[in-house]
Amino acid sequence: MDDSNFVQVRNLVKYFPVYSRGVLTKKQIGQVHAVDNISFDINRRETFALVGESGCGKTTTARLILNLIEPTSGEVFIDGENIYEKFKSADKEEKLKLRRKMQMIFQNPYGSLDPRMTVNDIISEPFVIHQHVAKEKRQERVYELLNLVGLEEYHAERYPHEFSGGQRQRICIARALAVEPEFIVADEPVSSLDVSIRAQILNLLGDLQKIMGLSFLYISHDLSSVRQISQRVGVMYLGEIVELADTDELFDNPLHPYTQALIEAVPIPDPKAKGIKARLLGEVPSPITPPSGCRFNPRCPFAKTVCAERRPGLTEVKSGHFVACAQA
Amino acid sequence: MAETLLKIEGLKTYFFTEAGIVKAVDNVSFDVRKGESLGLVGESGSGKTVTALSVLRIVPKPGKIVEGKIEFKGEDLLEKNETEMQAMRGREIAIIFQDPSSSLNPIFNVETQLRDVLLAHEKISKEECRKKIIDLMNLVGIPEAEIRMREFPHQFSGGMKQRVAIARALALQPTLLFADEPTTSLDVTIQAQVLDLLEELKKKLGMSLVMITHDMGIIAKMTTRVVVMYAGNVCEIAKTEDLYEHPRHPYTALLLAAVPRLDRKKKLRIIPGNIPNLIEPPSGCRFHPRCEYATGKCAEEPPVLEEVEPEHFVACYEWKNISLKGENH
Repeated sequence: MDDSNFVQVRNLVKYFPVYSRGVLTKKQIGQVHAVDNISFDINRRETFALVGESGCGKTTTARLILNLIEPTSGEVFIDGENIYEKFKSADKEEKLKLRRKMQMIFQNPYGSLDPRMTVNDIISEPFVIHQHVAKEKRQERVYELLNLVGLEEYHAERYPHEFSGGQRQRICIARALAVEPEFIVADEPVSSLDVSIRAQILNLLGDLQKIMGLSFLYISHDLSSVRQISQRVGVMYLGEIVELADTDELFDNPLHPYTQALIEAVPIPDPKAKGIKARLLGEVPSPITPPSGCRFNPRCPFAKTVCAERRPGLTEVKSGHFVACAQA
Repeated sequence: MAETLLKIEGLKTYFFTEAGIVKAVDNVSFDVRKGESLGLVGESGSGKTVTALSVLRIVPKPGKIVEGKIEFKGEDLLEKNETEMQAMRGREIAIIFQDPSSSLNPIFNVETQLRDVLLAHEKISKEECRKKIIDLMNLVGIPEAEIRMREFPHQFSGGMKQRVAIARALALQPTLLFADEPTTSLDVTIQAQVLDLLEELKKKLGMSLVMITHDMGIIAKMTTRVVVMYAGNVCEIAKTEDLYEHPRHPYTALLLAAVPRLDRKKKLRIIPGNIPNLIEPPSGCRFHPRCEYATGKCAEEPPVLEEVEPEHFVACYEWKNISLKGENH
């Protein structure tokens, strides 16, 4: 089986309309360019990371890929199927079949678990929806899933509030695994957890990938965890992918000035680490009126006039290393 | 060695809740020296914030300082009355909180909020006050101060809001500044800007800075000495370089090994288990249920801090028998 291009994202665009504040009349006065023409692939058994600062469109991308929101334009193929067409045309059964392939783990395990359901209800709900596990086998399967994510059988009878943040995230992972998905989107799965718990969850995700052959889209603003968990990385800035490469290549040899600044900005947990060379000034501009040309040009230390005029596309500068910069 | 500015001895701050007494800070002792950057590191619930609030004597109800001594410039803060304490806050000791959106008042503009601080402690004319506010905003790097001082917190971005909060804390040039996770709610590039600003201001104003954080990267970058806290206790105090090179407490070593690094891949160690419940904390050393080196003694009597080499203190019975690895081994 060909492992490459399991998930294909092609020219994905999402604009959110912005309305004026009128009471009686509602007029569209602009649009947020949340995701603006991005394309990338995720291979089977691969963790692809999207990294960027808040507001750069990483979460919107995740929601688009899972068809939780509709795109303005563009296509997403999962296992060769165009999911937007499929979700528009297919009957309910087909849609469910497609849904079973992909799952999501959310950022906040305090908000993504129903406080009135026991862990058993939470994890077995997917069985009720998809009917892929026979009724008499469901209980056993819940226990298996709990063991898989490092929880005990007696936890099944408890409610979410009885668990710590890390344990809750384990429950979320078990729920996502209940439908036997092939592709999981993990949106900042560790950022609400304590440092000592983060490593547990990161290692768990890595192990599960090996055991079950999952593909991951890992979304994070934390570059250190991205380096730890992913094989390939896309760096996003204001709705665009500015650089895409293998993880080690990206961190050892970043080409885009934004990627360089982002890496420089992360404090290394070692007092002997070298100090910072260049500091990124200013703040991220508004995505309602993004800068013309390269969106990074107003903050870029290397910007020339051409940068403000023409929008650079992603070009392959080395095998597998793409960058969108006129100067690189 | 620099002079001691703040000396905390045997501090106990408990919260008397309906579910029981939460021993948030339990027998904590350390000192802060003049002009130094001290790191206070630990996970949530380790008591680092409550320690800072105790020093300022603004522990929220049902919390109470039960025991201990907090000596600031030789005077015991716990013996001062509320009026005397008010005169200290802001002028001598100030604090910056984690989330600037909730620590600034949304219904007053920035000028009013800064003016309140200035006029509460000093008798100055309107004109002088205005000039001071503009100076302060320039100091923390807010451009177009004269226009922006009339704006409200919601008109500022997260990074700019934190700069306003820093300006407010520094308005009276305190000698000691607590920064409680000042960059946790900010993006990395903005975090770097704010950390640079804090470092620069600290040098310029010659104050002592206590950096409260769970981020081992910020500790390495910003501090010269570190206090490691776990579940309301201090488990290790050392110079930053020593701590990363030769951690002596098993918790410190695991904490270092559990944090991923940007400059290289490493095998992440796992700290098993969860943070203990502080209503009924584990007996003896509070870390012993999660510690791989724990012996019978660890569960019986809590260990005290002992100096194992100059300037390096650790609260662990087993430190002699174990060899722990630091960051570069």
